[in-house]
Amino acid sequence: MMDWQALRLSLLLGVLTVVILAPIALVVGRWLATTRLRGRAAIEAALTLPLVLPPTVIGFYLLVGLGPESPVGHGWISMFGQPLVFSFEGVLFASVLVNLPFAVQPTQRAFEAIGQDLRDAAATCGHSLWRTIWRIELPLAWPGIVTGAVLVFAHTLGEFGVVLMVGGSIPGETRTLALSIYDRVQAFDNASAARMAALLMAISLIAVTASFVLGGRSRKRA
Amino acid sequence: MIQTLMRWGLALLALAVSPMAWAQPVPNIAAASDLRLALAAVAAEFRRDTGQQVKLTFGSSGNFYRQLRQGAPFQLFLSADEDYILKLAKAGKTMGTGQLYAVGRLALVAPKGSPLLVDSKLAGLRAALRQGKIARFAIANPEHAPYGERAAQALKHTKLWPPLSRKLVLGENVAQALQFAISGGAQGGIVAYSLVLDPAFKARADFALLPASWHQPLRQRVVLMKGAGSVAQRFYLYLQQAPARAILARHGFALPKPPRA
Repeated sequence: MMDWQALRLSLLLGVLTVVILAPIALVVGRWLATTRLRGRAAIEAALTLPLVLPPTVIGFYLLVGLGPESPVGHGWISMFGQPLVFSFEGVLFASVLVNLPFAVQPTQRAFEAIGQDLRDAAATCGHSLWRTIWRIELPLAWPGIVTGAVLVFAHTLGEFGVVLMVGGSIPGETRTLALSIYDRVQAFDNASAARMAALLMAISLIAVTASFVLGGRSRKRA
Repeated sequence: MIQTLMRWGLALLALAVSPMAWAQPVPNIAAASDLRLALAAVAAEFRRDTGQQVKLTFGSSGNFYRQLRQGAPFQLFLSADEDYILKLAKAGKTMGTGQLYAVGRLALVAPKGSPLLVDSKLAGLRAALRQGKIARFAIANPEHAPYGERAAQALKHTKLWPPLSRKLVLGENVAQALQFAISGGAQGGIVAYSLVLDPAFKARADFALLPASWHQPLRQRVVLMKGAGSVAQRFYLYLQQAPARAILARHGFALPKPPRA
């Protein structure tokens, strides 16, 4: 049996995470690539943390920070009448947070690769900042941006620990494909688990291949 | 051409309207892992009888207790240990204190070909331990899974806890403990009788029912959470009725006396 509901949920979570993170990655990534601020390393380190922290650490902080007793969780309940944890919105929030480094880093590298010379040249030609970004930087940086988006999408499909802790594996609400596989294994339904695992592997392989193809293309151009 | 269009249109319309067929929202139900097989059968029967659906999530009762304290959106909670439900009731999260629906039992289980010989006195386990043939033994996590806690009690009662305690692998819930016990990585385990009784396991594992006197009873209680909807309430009542009770009995649960109508 294929858990179509879980597949739909995983894909929806992946797409929404990408959509929310894309503008954040663009702004933060370009800013980090061009700023000469002293605290830059600290900010970069903070943004990389989700990459190295165990999912249980992030899951724990999110449970505490978003739970009904926290200010955020309490405010959410008074606004929407239901708690943020154990809901799709809560899992989406967690997913955005966990994926920050996957979105920001490739974007930042792409903007860094453009080089200050080109920006200065554009300015000398009388281009405004916005025109430079729109006409010169974005066309050059887009493979990096798309790579980031693909990585975020693939990583969201693969996220397990944080989703389990914050979401609680509720069918149709927070049980993603990764969690559904775990559930099937516990239900001694290895046939379904195998089918869904193969599907997840295929999707991930396609996504990562796509990101490599895009990365390769940008290198050739440069 | 027009016919094709109309057919597609009708199909689309049917798709759009179909959610209205079950206008009542499908309630989320949290259930102890020992119910994985039995409750799925009850829910299927419930659907046949009433046309209503429920969504089941299985896990350890202690974990659900924590999630429900944090506001998890379950409308009905079936706990393998009634203490969790009484605590939730005291915290004002439930509609009353619910009802006892079953009493669970422990079983020793070993995969086919294991050096552990299965019997209800644990003599085989004692012998295998003495011969150093037990490398890994699975139970559920005693911290938050009632079956794990009771398994630990039974092992302490039979004085097998000291030699076994360093060989334990702990499942997050009792279904996972069974998974560990028969995966081949462990020589056996103590799990829920209701899970090993399934005919599908006959070919994979041997099991023996353990005496109920070795541990505190696994009194299983079900309760409606505050704000539970009509489908959840109907399912709650359904659990006391003959078809549901028959399924639970078939899965090895001891049943409390039927409630007086």
